[in-house]
Amino acid sequence: MPRPMRHGSLAQGKPDLKKFSPQTLKRLFNYIKTYKLLLALVVLFIIISGLTYAMSSLFLQILIDDYIAPLLLEAVPNFSGLFRLIAIMGAVYLTGALATLFYNRIMVNVAQGVLKKIRDDMFTHMQSLPIRFFDTRSHGDVMSYYTNDADTLRQMITMSLPQIISALVTVTSVLLAMLYLSFWLTIFVLIFVVAAFQLLRYLVGRSGTYFVRQQQSLGNINGYIEEMISGLKVVKVFNHEKEVKKVFDRKNETLCNDSTEANKYANILMPVMHNLGYALYVLIAIVGGILAINGLTNYSLTGAGAISLGIIASFLQLSRNFINSLAHVTQQINSIIMALAGAERIFSLLDEKSEVDNGTVTLVNAQKKNGVLNEAKHRSDFWAWKVPSTDGQIIYTELRGEVSLNEVDFGYAQDSLVLHDITLYAEPGQKVAFVGATGAGKTTITNLINRFYDIADGKIHYDGININKIRKNDLRSSLGMVLQDVHLFTGTVMENIRYGRLDATDEECIEAAKLAHADSFIRMLPKGYDTILSGDGNSLSQGQKQLISIARAAVADPPVMILDEATSSIDTRTEAIVQKGMDSLMHGRTVFVIAHRLSTVQNADVIMVLDEGRIIERGSHDKLIAEKGRYYQLHTGAYELE
Amino acid sequence: MFKLLLNSIREYKKDTLKTPIYVMLEVAMEVVIPFLMANMIDYGIDQGNMTVVLRLGAGLFGLALLSLVFGTLAGRYSAIASAGFAKNLRHDMFKNVQNFSFSNIDKFSTSGIITRLTTDVTNVQQSFQMILRMASRSPMMIIFSLTAAFRIDPRLSLIFLAAMPFLALGLFLITKYAYPVFKRVFKNYDLLNRIVQENIRGIRIVKAYTREDYEVNKFKDVSTKIHDDFSFAEKILAFNMPLVQMSMYVSMLLLSWFGARAIVASGNNPLLGLSTGQLVSLMTYTIQILMSLMLLSMVFVMITISRASSERIAELIEEESNLKNGDNPVYTMENSEIRFEGVNFSYSEEADKLCLKNINLTIHPGETIGILGGTGSSKTTLVQLIPRLYDVTSGKITIGGIDVRDYDLQTLRDKVAVVLQKNVLFSGTVKDNLRWGDADASETDLVNACKIAQADQFIRALPQQYDTHIEQDGSNLSGGQKQRICLARALLKKPEILILDDSTSAVDTKTESFILKALRKYLPATTRLIISQRIVSVKDADKIIVMDDGMISAIGTHQELLRDSRIYREVYQSQGEGGRHIA
Repeated sequence: MPRPMRHGSLAQGKPDLKKFSPQTLKRLFNYIKTYKLLLALVVLFIIISGLTYAMSSLFLQILIDDYIAPLLLEAVPNFSGLFRLIAIMGAVYLTGALATLFYNRIMVNVAQGVLKKIRDDMFTHMQSLPIRFFDTRSHGDVMSYYTNDADTLRQMITMSLPQIISALVTVTSVLLAMLYLSFWLTIFVLIFVVAAFQLLRYLVGRSGTYFVRQQQSLGNINGYIEEMISGLKVVKVFNHEKEVKKVFDRKNETLCNDSTEANKYANILMPVMHNLGYALYVLIAIVGGILAINGLTNYSLTGAGAISLGIIASFLQLSRNFINSLAHVTQQINSIIMALAGAERIFSLLDEKSEVDNGTVTLVNAQKKNGVLNEAKHRSDFWAWKVPSTDGQIIYTELRGEVSLNEVDFGYAQDSLVLHDITLYAEPGQKVAFVGATGAGKTTITNLINRFYDIADGKIHYDGININKIRKNDLRSSLGMVLQDVHLFTGTVMENIRYGRLDATDEECIEAAKLAHADSFIRMLPKGYDTILSGDGNSLSQGQKQLISIARAAVADPPVMILDEATSSIDTRTEAIVQKGMDSLMHGRTVFVIAHRLSTVQNADVIMVLDEGRIIERGSHDKLIAEKGRYYQLHTGAYELE
Repeated sequence: MFKLLLNSIREYKKDTLKTPIYVMLEVAMEVVIPFLMANMIDYGIDQGNMTVVLRLGAGLFGLALLSLVFGTLAGRYSAIASAGFAKNLRHDMFKNVQNFSFSNIDKFSTSGIITRLTTDVTNVQQSFQMILRMASRSPMMIIFSLTAAFRIDPRLSLIFLAAMPFLALGLFLITKYAYPVFKRVFKNYDLLNRIVQENIRGIRIVKAYTREDYEVNKFKDVSTKIHDDFSFAEKILAFNMPLVQMSMYVSMLLLSWFGARAIVASGNNPLLGLSTGQLVSLMTYTIQILMSLMLLSMVFVMITISRASSERIAELIEEESNLKNGDNPVYTMENSEIRFEGVNFSYSEEADKLCLKNINLTIHPGETIGILGGTGSSKTTLVQLIPRLYDVTSGKITIGGIDVRDYDLQTLRDKVAVVLQKNVLFSGTVKDNLRWGDADASETDLVNACKIAQADQFIRALPQQYDTHIEQDGSNLSGGQKQRICLARALLKKPEILILDDSTSAVDTKTESFILKALRKYLPATTRLIISQRIVSVKDADKIIVMDDGMISAIGTHQELLRDSRIYREVYQSQGEGGRHIA
């Protein structure tokens, strides 16, 4: 069952060099915007904090002119007035410090809130993605979105955002003050700033490119680490540590390079801005001097008049404040560019297309009263499809477990089909077995019935309903699955079994374990059913894991069951016991079985023999043997080995 | 701990040292430039003297250019040093992890190792860069300002010194409370990584059981935990800035009060004491100190966060693998006779239950051994002790008369090839995966090995044959195809001992018989240990071992066991007719 062959993807392909899309910033701000009210408070507190700071210089002037100077003239100086002033200032400062405290704490709330929202959104969205997505992505790279990429936002929101707001407040007030002094000089400053921003944009662009690469390399290395540690046993038996380290070092070197370049450009920003400030200072002095000497008329918010040396001197002071605040912003630019790089990746995950689900038919518990099918409130042993028709009526169709495939074609990649013209009927209550060499397409067929993949051509019906019309979740919960690759989650044995049906009681789970013949070994575990399994149940043997996964499916008690090599690692004696249990559980229900073992297959009602994606023979065991076709050959082939 | 990490700077020491030097030069420029600026106003603009303006302007320009150069260089070297430092940290950790035993891995968990190698290193890298750039700048500014202040009035400047202990106490309390919370935060990152990893790996189960909502809730639990802890810790850190502000504001107020009294006492005469002009200067310096302290406090925040990360990194670097070479490792293997002598084994030291009990066994070179046994009877455990994937709890295993623990690990594992039950392929081409067995294997070698493993035929049917890309975990191949590639990979090692751990379970019987035949034909001298559920796979073996509950229940040939072993007989009967494998 070959899945799509990838020819490079976002995860491992060349890092693309395109700049940030403007959408990224906008979408990021949509997340932050949820905290409008808090942000308004933050701005308020920042202004208060800034004002307190500004009052320091005012305070000094008042102190000297209004207090110290008169005191110098008094014969017996009375310091009570001065004391009052200092007390008032103390109160003002305290307010300022508190304002600082408040806005910093609020920003923590905003940042962590946004981070949580983004993480939750990513994970929720990821659950809706098709299996294809997971087939082609490196696991560790996807993990990186949740940690390394999400983390880039943290520093930006908690630290940089308030600094930028505060700088903007200062810049606006300084700009007003400048306009108050001189239009001409202000315009000159603005032109200069615009020119400076062109330079900045270049640097930000370079740096941004590398930050995007850095995040990609980080994801890449994350993927490599995940893969190599998960496969460590193989690394060890092949003595491959040295090579693995070599590859790691190469990826590490790339990451280091990207990170160095990104930070190099970002680190230049501050000194550039700072020193441009000095240059501006000199230019204003010269331009102002020329204006003054030539006696040009000065326009300002206060009106027109001659430009004075005093105006130029004050203007120079203001220009320093102006540039310093801007330089303050540039200090934060590293974290902003990095955040954008992270956000870009995050949004690319959020933009992955979800599984298409246009189904309207749902699965309900049902009961039959006087021959009429009704929806039951409680779990009954009876299911029905709830089919809404176009005229608003609701029709209940009994779930019988009739599955039919009609001329189905399918390929994982568009150009190569792996299933051709598959037509088959599974009557309700039948046991249908798929048989065939590895890679013949057995697993693929079951993956189509539960819509892990969508068919290229043909139709699949379930109780006469096209499975496209059934809501995916309902379709899948009507099918119990035991997959070839067992996967257990970290948690107790009990929790793992209960994964099949979340409202199952302990007794029901234990009952299922007994049915799967898992009870006896589970009881031998250190804490029985409360034993914690970790790292994909690596403390259990492969066969034991299969038994637990069968118990998990048994507790789900589904109307239709798919068993894909469910007992391949279980010894034949145990298998016989498990089989008996499953047969009694699934009595009267449809079961699809994929297996190599004759014992698993021979009592099936229908056996489908697959070869290279086609059904070449079908029928009961006896019929197929009698036909002396491929099945017969396979069967006797086993004889020859004896 | 910090010392241990700093060892990893290595070749970036020069860059690390260069940064503060350039920062200092830059700061020196920044101290000089304002004097020139003041002069430009006082002697140029105020006097209406354009020549002075131009002359000082030119000087200023030059200094600004110098400052720019120094600043750029400082930024450059700090970037190189911190990225390099991070690289070395990752290298050191990964190198150590490669030597880990599985119990070492379990201690940290896969997700814990991943977090440490990425998130934690990023934290340390960022704060390292911040420290390099700020930690020399701010103290210099502070020292400069303090010195200037002391020269004006030493007595009043003592106020600053009085403020220091309060500041220090405050910062101490902040770390004391915030640090443990940060440690918890990063533990939760491990958890987050684990949940995402398991979700991705088990996505088919999640979707088959429609457990998407359940998974989302599980995820939200941990993302909420991170949210709560991180918020809590950062809110403690938020006291930092106001604390610095407050201590400087109080200093300013005290300065005003005592300063005013001093001025009044001296009659504003600089010769007798303090003057108003001097008070203004003192205040200016106070503000400069305040600004520098604020910057420093930001560094302080970064250090607090990265301290938790540093400790986690150090743990990983310091962890000693409990599976190491002996003192005088043996580099040659004389012969491949395997002996188990009274071997007991248990996966964890605490567990009272032994997985293997008193195993005694001799396997002669070139023999084929079949191993059979019920689910959970420790067949896999038994064979994994041979290449030292785990070490025996007591007793010993020897190969060629030498304890496996005395061999050089690499020598041992070169001689013993294991095809694991849970086969793992890595993302890369088929060829890449095969070359794990032998990096220098020629194309012919590859094809030959694949032919023995009956893999050549289907590989040639793949879109790009041997160059076809395999996804992580071989997700684009079927179970049987993966198993055959894994077998070919092991054959390329040309081992003395070949262990097949149920590694043909997904291969059809006919193909399997071809494989077994080919192995007999092409690797006659290789000792083969074959674990299987199928009687047909082992019945031709020289010896068959029947395992039951961690013990050897019987050893013998097929015929002997049919006669003597109840278990073997039952297995045989269960496979008599229906147990045979088709397809």
